[in-house]
Amino acid sequence: MNLYLLKRLAGALPTLFIIITAAFFLIRVAPGGPFDQEQALPPEIMANLEAAYGLDQPVWTQYARYMKALAHGDFGPSFKYKDFSVTELIGQGFPVTLELGVIALLLALGIGIPLGILAALRHNSAADYATMSLAVVGIAIPSFVVLPFLGLVFGIRLHWLPVAGWEPGSLRHLALPVIALTLPPLAYVARLTRGSMLEVLRSHYIRTALAKGLPLGTVILRHALRPALMPVASYLAPAVASIMTGSLVVESIAGLPGIGRYLVQGALNRDYTLVMGMVIIYSTLLIVMGLVVDLLYAWLDPRIRFE
Amino acid sequence: MMSAASRLRANPAAVAALAIIAALIALALIGPWFNPNNIESLDWANVAVPPGLSGAHWFGTDRLGRDLFARTLEGTRMSLMVGLVASIISLTVGIGYGAVAGYVGGRTDHLMMRFIEVLSGLPLIFFVIFLTVIFGRSQYFLFLAIGAVGWLTMARIVRGQTLSIRRREFIEAAVASGASSARIILRHVVPNLLGPVIVYATLTVPQIMLFESFLSFLGLGVQEPHASLGTLIAEGAGEMEAAPWILLVPGIALALLLLSLNILGDGLRDAFDVQER
Repeated sequence: MNLYLLKRLAGALPTLFIIITAAFFLIRVAPGGPFDQEQALPPEIMANLEAAYGLDQPVWTQYARYMKALAHGDFGPSFKYKDFSVTELIGQGFPVTLELGVIALLLALGIGIPLGILAALRHNSAADYATMSLAVVGIAIPSFVVLPFLGLVFGIRLHWLPVAGWEPGSLRHLALPVIALTLPPLAYVARLTRGSMLEVLRSHYIRTALAKGLPLGTVILRHALRPALMPVASYLAPAVASIMTGSLVVESIAGLPGIGRYLVQGALNRDYTLVMGMVIIYSTLLIVMGLVVDLLYAWLDPRIRFE
Repeated sequence: MMSAASRLRANPAAVAALAIIAALIALALIGPWFNPNNIESLDWANVAVPPGLSGAHWFGTDRLGRDLFARTLEGTRMSLMVGLVASIISLTVGIGYGAVAGYVGGRTDHLMMRFIEVLSGLPLIFFVIFLTVIFGRSQYFLFLAIGAVGWLTMARIVRGQTLSIRRREFIEAAVASGASSARIILRHVVPNLLGPVIVYATLTVPQIMLFESFLSFLGLGVQEPHASLGTLIAEGAGEMEAAPWILLVPGIALALLLLSLNILGDGLRDAFDVQER
């Protein structure tokens, strides 16, 4: 088990390395540079700036330098946010993004799974149809439509919740963005749980368990739930990706000081180091999530062994 | 096919969705002929007026006095076009890739699928942001970029189907009669993939439209003076407090369109699935 974990972690490193390398060269192929402005800088100042950030060196030297610094945990200085290092920028924003994302993921699972089970148990009932209709709505309507709508209703009309803005530790400010971010993964989770639960409920060992007189709750929790959760487990990585992508727009609409804005802004500003930092953070998160999914598989289905 | 069609007809939600989609497409195409206002004319006497049937602007106007009805129709047309073109690109690539991987099999298949796995492990948004930043924000490029990332699932589905088709007798007969692999894939494998491809294509279009509007919302997609529903929603979100209709009109249009396409896709899938068993 531990050996397997080590092996998987070792296997993730080359993937990360390839992603970082590809991103490094891709962003440098883009025309323009971080110090381009509407009014062009005098060539001497430009040269000094580029020398100060090492941009006058050949790309390969820059790459070698960047990777060396990265190996020491140094993401480098931001090109656009003067006086800030990428580590500082991401360090400030990441807790907000993380809080938003974790709450959204937990809510999606915590509400989606029970809803899916309920829909499966009451197959073809009104509750089933209602859940599945809600799921289609959640899947179809993007968060950047849902969030302004919510803001319009609960913020501007009813004055229940703030439309935008953020205060440290204030859950009220997170409420609307969290709802907007939760809906799509929640819808998928409910749908997946319902589908697989319906299949599991039809299997022979569930019929046996029911026939020998076990109460329905026990049958669901002890026998049906684990195998029914397999598709949900494999959806976890895409769910995290969807929440991360969603947070790019949700944070900007709700004015949250997370890291979402840095990706697009950084790329448009040619803030090379900031974009790289974002790519590294996001890909690491996804790779770790892939590992979590594999471990969950083993827990859900004991027949899967790590070799 | 016949029974799938009748099963679809028996599904009221899917039929309603189909009707709404048809109506929206018709409106997007012929609506401008009935609307006296065009997309670019600025009506300075009527800046940010709310919707109403009495005035000249049925859906109201935006900050610059542009007619929202005309803008929303233009946005819908643009979103539909991106959805269609990008879907065709991603279907073509996905079908080609999946059919080759499934038909050739062995190590080639393994490598090709591994590549897809790696790609789908990454958030697609990175690629598209990089690509738009590198190649500039042209509309044709947008089609390509979105199409290029939308083919992964299609390739997977096609590969799975191809694996089972490959073992059928008519393929064996084609091989025995000396047909080349390329010919077998094009003439015998691909035509037999149509069912699942149609179903999945219906579900790809809304996904791609959602992605396009997402990019446009971020300012990376369709650019002024053109508008897609995403850019209109982005504009409206900024004016939410003073003029909510600027958000509501395109927002409702996009929600209605995506919802209908999803419901239709689900209906098609159910209709075809039953037949496959």
